[in-house]
Amino acid sequence: MNDSKKQDIKEVKLMKGNEAIAHAAIRCGCDGYFGYPITPQSEIMETLMELEPWNTTGMVVLQAESETSSINMVYGGAGCGKKTMTSSSSPGVSLMQEGMSYIACAELPCVVVNVMRGGPGLGTIQPSQADYFQSVKGGGHGDYKLITLAPASVQEMADYTVKAFELAFKYLTPVLLLADGIIGQMMEKVVLPPFQPRMTEAEIREKYPWATLGKPANRKPNVITSLALEAEEMEATNLRLQRKYREIEKNEVLFEEFSCEDAEYLIVAFGITARICQKTVEMARSQGIKAGLLRPITLFPFPTEQISRYADKTKGMLSVELSAGQMVEDVRLAVNGRVQVEFYGRMGGIVPSPDEVLKALKDKVVK
Amino acid sequence: MTTNDIISPENLVYTKTKVMNDVPMHYCPGCSHGVVHKLIAEIIEEMDFQEKTIGIAPVGCAVFAYKYLDIDWQQAAHGRAPALATAIKRLLPNRLVFTYQGDGDLAAIGTAETIHAANRGENITIIFINNGIYGMTGGQMAPTTLIGMKSSTSPNGRTVELNGNPLDITKLLAQLEGTCYVTRQSVHNVGAVRKTKKAIQKAFENSMARKGTSVVEIVSTCNSGWKLSPAKSNDWMVENMFPAYPLGDLKNI
Amino acid sequence: MKEEIIIAGFGGQGVLSMGKILAYSGLMQGQEVSWLPSYGPEQRGGTANVTVILSDERISSPVLNSYDTAIVLNQPSLDRFESKVKPGGTLIFDGHGFKKLPTRTDINIYRIDATDYAHANNESKTMNMIILGGLLKVRPIVLVENVLKGLKKSLPERHHHLIPTNEKAIQTGMKLIQKVN
Repeated sequence: MNDSKKQDIKEVKLMKGNEAIAHAAIRCGCDGYFGYPITPQSEIMETLMELEPWNTTGMVVLQAESETSSINMVYGGAGCGKKTMTSSSSPGVSLMQEGMSYIACAELPCVVVNVMRGGPGLGTIQPSQADYFQSVKGGGHGDYKLITLAPASVQEMADYTVKAFELAFKYLTPVLLLADGIIGQMMEKVVLPPFQPRMTEAEIREKYPWATLGKPANRKPNVITSLALEAEEMEATNLRLQRKYREIEKNEVLFEEFSCEDAEYLIVAFGITARICQKTVEMARSQGIKAGLLRPITLFPFPTEQISRYADKTKGMLSVELSAGQMVEDVRLAVNGRVQVEFYGRMGGIVPSPDEVLKALKDKVVK
Repeated sequence: MTTNDIISPENLVYTKTKVMNDVPMHYCPGCSHGVVHKLIAEIIEEMDFQEKTIGIAPVGCAVFAYKYLDIDWQQAAHGRAPALATAIKRLLPNRLVFTYQGDGDLAAIGTAETIHAANRGENITIIFINNGIYGMTGGQMAPTTLIGMKSSTSPNGRTVELNGNPLDITKLLAQLEGTCYVTRQSVHNVGAVRKTKKAIQKAFENSMARKGTSVVEIVSTCNSGWKLSPAKSNDWMVENMFPAYPLGDLKNI
Repeated sequence: MKEEIIIAGFGGQGVLSMGKILAYSGLMQGQEVSWLPSYGPEQRGGTANVTVILSDERISSPVLNSYDTAIVLNQPSLDRFESKVKPGGTLIFDGHGFKKLPTRTDINIYRIDATDYAHANNESKTMNMIILGGLLKVRPIVLVENVLKGLKKSLPERHHHLIPTNEKAIQTGMKLIQKVN
């Protein structure tokens, strides 16, 4: 470990977003990755298999028979207090919803990566953001939420993998890293996070006394379950979950702003679309249109207050997404009718260019 | 001779294993689950594995197995127990990891998880309770329900035309390279109980010796689902279940 | 300095790896870089393209609609990208197999017969490096020494002995490229 520490000082590497996730997972002390191949994210497992972390950090990497199985492997590992993760793309993540609902209810930490592609159905392998609703509104059955982080660069794919684990263990809840085909497939410069050792069993026993590591004689058995046949007991679980989500909303909102100070028109976009819209803002400004960009980094918790603050300062807002219009609903809820919120999006794997967004801004908002 | 003389330690011939909790079971009188639970608990105590064991409970009647055995448990989604067990055993290789699953859980909804865990040769033990019916949900047809057998979703008896054939998944598992020990037992009489105990013990030993996946099927009764008395259920099982699911080792290497 | 480039052709022509070498070269000279491929079935024989941006400043959108330079290696790519070169920009095409040649007059058009040269000289594996040489002749956006450094960085060590061959191909491309308009 010391040797690796020496060599990783600020070395700039060029790699795909998917590869960055794999490297970051090993470096942040991940104990287990369980996955199933699907484009456009297969490089995550391919990179892990190439790097053979079981020979270095001791991390387990396993190709499962399905996404259903991978998320349940994650469930099993998480129940032991281990840092476990899986990754997939939209159709595969749909299959994981059952497991995520169980993990959220059992209050276990884990990281799930969704490198989104266009749907519905088998759809396309091209980039999309149409899993927004599934990601931030629950996704599976029952009342639960996933902390959802939306990286917009290869660097953030690495950084937010580390952060996702931190949040997962802080709140004992599954955290979703919601990327798209472009960020997964594109190569950019990245400085990988420093190596952290994996938690020892003694550390897990101390920090996470609920972990099923085997029952010592002096404690009661630990049981990981999401079952409560008594309605009162289940409501208590729900209330506890909801308190946790309010706490997360209070503490963990992340967002980024570009040229917002004097903006008359606000674009709201996340992930790769925010990068595209940043260029749109630059182009608009060069034409004398005072546009700004607010980029939610956490989609749950959503930067509701931050967007609300611009409701009275701006003349109009535009939510830009690779979908038929999903996040736009949360933007509208945030401003609660105080300013007109329009939507522009492309679907099925089509990605708009910055000038296409500029035209939409002019047509729909600036007028 | 007073009562106290009689209950003195030197006269003790049987005691409940300390791995069994002192709680009333929710299982119906006559159900095989209680016996199998007790056997697992006894073996864990005898092998001194209480601190090392993680059990995976299924969805089905045994969903509450975690209430009865004093060990760490995880309760899986329906059919997914072998996936959980896979990860736990790989992350904690020196633990005893076993799943406890019924026929609906293991042979219907969890077929893929079961077959692939066994095919990978995960060093786990799968305890498979086969009573040919969904007990928990009220007696519906299971993948192992016999032809002609009545259930709430095959009220006139299972037919091949309508429902397909019963699935002998244990036979299938025995053919996989990853399994080291596949056996079919029962707990309907004292001799059978003893054999089953030996089988589970052997399976646990295999798991700790990293020999591959061990599968212990226990052909069981569900007198509530079968709508028979416990005694008649045993007779019915011997007469009808055993010919379709014959007892004995299918694989032992 | 900022250069926005699209490279397009058939899968198997080395389009993606040419882009990768450019990106690594930019990295070697301390620039911000992005490499965005078309991915998926294209990798298996269809048309493939890659957008490469080299910039002294942080790159906002890696997705572009117009380019400073387009390198097109087949007819469908020429048809698709000729109109997307910025006025005053550069279009480079490999002459092999084109039925319709580029027609724009407000951009600089170059032809490089790398495919024919590579086939004739049994150097088809370095065809993309010949084209890269041509590009660097007319748009010296990265130094050849940084290309070689980038190759060293991106290639596994067992392939390092091929670097001199690639350097030779770059030199060949510099000689082969011709201005058309």
